[in-house]
Amino acid sequence: MAAAPAVGGGLVRVLACGSVDDGKSTLIGRLLYDAGAVPEDHLRTLAADSVRVGTRGGELDYALLLDGLAAEREQGITIDVAWRQFATPRRRFVIADAPGHEQYTRNMATGAAAADVAVLLVDARKGLLTQTLRHSRIAALFGVREVVLAVNKMDLVGLSQEVFERIAAEYGAFASRLGLVRVTAIPLAAADGDNVVVRSARMPWYPGPTLLERLETLEPADASHEGGFCLPVQWVNRPDADFRGYAGRVVRGRIRPGDAVRVLPGGRETRVARLVTLDGDLDEAGAGRSITLVTADEVDVGRGDVIVASAAPLEVADQFEATLLWLDDEPLLPGRQYDLKIGAQRVRASVNPLKHRIDVDTGGRLAAERLELNDLGVGELSLDRPVVFAPHTEQRELGRFILIDRQTQRTAAVGLLNFALRRARNIHWQAHRIDREVRARQKQQQPCVVWFTGLSGAGKSVIANLVEQRLVELGRHTYLLDGDNVRHGLNRDLGFTVQDRVENVRRVTEVATLMADAGLIVLVAMISPFRAERAQARERVTASGAAFMEVFVDTPLDVAEARDTKGLYARARRGELSNFTGVDSPYEAPASPELRLDGAAGTPQDAAERVVAAVLALRATGALP
Amino acid sequence: MNATEDHADPRAGAARVPGSSGPSHLDQLEAESIQIIRETVAECARPVLLYSIGKDSSALLHLVRKAFFPAPPPFPMLHIDTQWKFRDMYALRDRAARAAGMDLVVHVNPEGLAAGISPIVHGTARHTEVMKTQALRQALDLHGFDAAFGGARRDEEKSRAKERVVSVRLPGHRWDPRAQRPEFGTLFNMGRGPGETLRVFPLSDWTELDVWEYIAREGIEVVPLYFAAPRPVVERDGQWIVRDDERLPLRPGEAVQMRKVRFRSLGCFPFTGAIDSEADSLEAVLAEMRTTRRSERQGRLIDFDPASSMEQKKREGYF
Repeated sequence: MAAAPAVGGGLVRVLACGSVDDGKSTLIGRLLYDAGAVPEDHLRTLAADSVRVGTRGGELDYALLLDGLAAEREQGITIDVAWRQFATPRRRFVIADAPGHEQYTRNMATGAAAADVAVLLVDARKGLLTQTLRHSRIAALFGVREVVLAVNKMDLVGLSQEVFERIAAEYGAFASRLGLVRVTAIPLAAADGDNVVVRSARMPWYPGPTLLERLETLEPADASHEGGFCLPVQWVNRPDADFRGYAGRVVRGRIRPGDAVRVLPGGRETRVARLVTLDGDLDEAGAGRSITLVTADEVDVGRGDVIVASAAPLEVADQFEATLLWLDDEPLLPGRQYDLKIGAQRVRASVNPLKHRIDVDTGGRLAAERLELNDLGVGELSLDRPVVFAPHTEQRELGRFILIDRQTQRTAAVGLLNFALRRARNIHWQAHRIDREVRARQKQQQPCVVWFTGLSGAGKSVIANLVEQRLVELGRHTYLLDGDNVRHGLNRDLGFTVQDRVENVRRVTEVATLMADAGLIVLVAMISPFRAERAQARERVTASGAAFMEVFVDTPLDVAEARDTKGLYARARRGELSNFTGVDSPYEAPASPELRLDGAAGTPQDAAERVVAAVLALRATGALP
Repeated sequence: MNATEDHADPRAGAARVPGSSGPSHLDQLEAESIQIIRETVAECARPVLLYSIGKDSSALLHLVRKAFFPAPPPFPMLHIDTQWKFRDMYALRDRAARAAGMDLVVHVNPEGLAAGISPIVHGTARHTEVMKTQALRQALDLHGFDAAFGGARRDEEKSRAKERVVSVRLPGHRWDPRAQRPEFGTLFNMGRGPGETLRVFPLSDWTELDVWEYIAREGIEVVPLYFAAPRPVVERDGQWIVRDDERLPLRPGEAVQMRKVRFRSLGCFPFTGAIDSEADSLEAVLAEMRTTRRSERQGRLIDFDPASSMEQKKREGYF
């Protein structure tokens, strides 16, 4: 790189965003070019590309410096966030170039999450567009506190001061409603370089800084130095019995040896003994630094714990109001479980209820039963364990989380913790003296949940009934929860949409868990078409201490449909029933059930005997044979 | 007295520039890279450092040591040996692994070796495919590594600018730009579906100049080939090719001459071009870096295949 060295002022991260055709790529390309950050051989390629596919009649098309993927050049669009580095004698910059076309919400959030400042492009001819407001809203939500409004293509409005000032005033009013108070408006003609790096001779009425001057002088609104010390522990460094250090990156405050600290969520107190580095011990470390901290006393600290200044503890909670941006093709289903990662903490989480969706254009609330790709919404978040946090408006790193789909491991959502719900702090588990073990001993059996899954008409209820009869003959205590029957009472308010099916399974799971806790052998017969909910049922039951056995009644669709014992397939085919599993709603077969029963071959009696044998073989430990 | 009390020592890590308030850009980049490295080790079962012996690998190895000090890094180093690296590189490789206290795994594609795949006979594209791309896939599968650290930077090449810090590779090590996960600051999803592995790039936001400044600040050893010295070269396809050993046959009309050259980027010697340079020390290299108008990979002949060749190679599993 031809760039001069940065001599101070650290690293500033810039998010560049704007609507389609505002000239964003041109602006960034021009910025890199004028700052001398484009090497000669890249310029030669650019000159050739400009003639071949350029949009400026063979003149240098700076936008071509940025479109990196073949698909982008072929389709003439930008798909993904591109990261550019450059330096001036005053500062080192990283620019996140967030495209305004496809996936704009996701890309904007990605860029904003890391940015100190957003450069927002506006076409002077068009003024503020819906997209401008949308981009500002997302940037503000994901933590950007400073905006440079780049009013571009001034040459196409006759370099008019009046046009510029009108747009700047209009935007200022809007931005302050979003809490964006630090706004600088700059008039530009990016293609010609006016006010990018060099002051425009054509707009003498503008007395302010050029874009680069502004970026070089702004002070990032960095909240990380305010507030007490806070270190999320990423890794426990324990090479031998003599050394035990806690490694992580300081997200807030400063620390020195001797300082009193508290380990959350446990709350144990100790002091800092040493701050260890390869270059010798430190006598102080501040926000942003990756450190290894040794405590004065032997305290039990693990990954995910957060070490804070004793005087400034953080909150711990397991229920929140949260704002979510959905990122997966699979929609958010209230009640479904996801993995949640916040800092180095990882827990299970579900959203229930989803309160509303947010209209990104207006900020208004919309009714919602689910969140689809790129939807923004607000809901209540329940975790299976408490986490240490700070509201996202106070601290980015401790208020921001991702949800991970447990089947695919894809990032399903990024979210912001708004506040902890009061009730999370007040409800405690009642400890019972008579517990599951006592009740199981009394009944002389191993409580468990046997979960029959399969298509409608597969034979689940028939087999489950036979299993129950046989177990009762053998003196066991059982209960059969039948999918059809629970819909008459417990779940009478639920239909057959995807989200209702998820809720249906969740409620039955809870009831089955309680019954197993009461010492019963619980038989569940329901279609339960989705792998995720069955996995969730398994975890819920096994976490409670009871055994779980998944029985797949594997009857091919044509066989089940030919039987059509309830006449439902015929109605579904006639279009009288919608969301019917196997017809217009999917069935996800179990990958590794404890038992697979071939519903097309053999008798229900034989199948039932296999299940009974497996139930009786359960050992007292609750482990499966 | 410990190092941090001595502000004259640039290796104190908290080196401040007079007049600036916060940590320097190198301090910020270092802290972020260490965070990425630790997070990977905490969340993956079997990480590995892909070590190519170049300057970026050297900087990355140094960061890895810092991340886990006083423990040695809790994972091995992997070198994919194409058999055509410079002799100076092999010497540094063994020394660096020893100094770091890490196990060194060297992998050569046995099929490529048996078939005698050579860049001279089979061309650079085929040699790279067999001895580098295929060899890497073999080694990762053989040892069951689920995350591999690499020293790639986003400023190296256009398609790299859109690469994630944590890049998911599908079963078979395929890279699908459309299947990459969005990333939010330093909150990384390191989850792996069946058959998936990760490539982790802690130097993503570093530039070539940052790497050199860091090497100078931290006193990191690099291969002497980065410093100018008289070396035997032949002119080929507009590049100076150093004849590191006798395996490079001369073409008609080619003559070996001595020239003062150095490398900005190191690959296999028969197809890595050297540049004319007088920069024979770290200070001189830094000075040259600050004024040059040429890109770093100008000497890498494998990049001059048709446009988006790097992207194509990545889709096939190249690092």
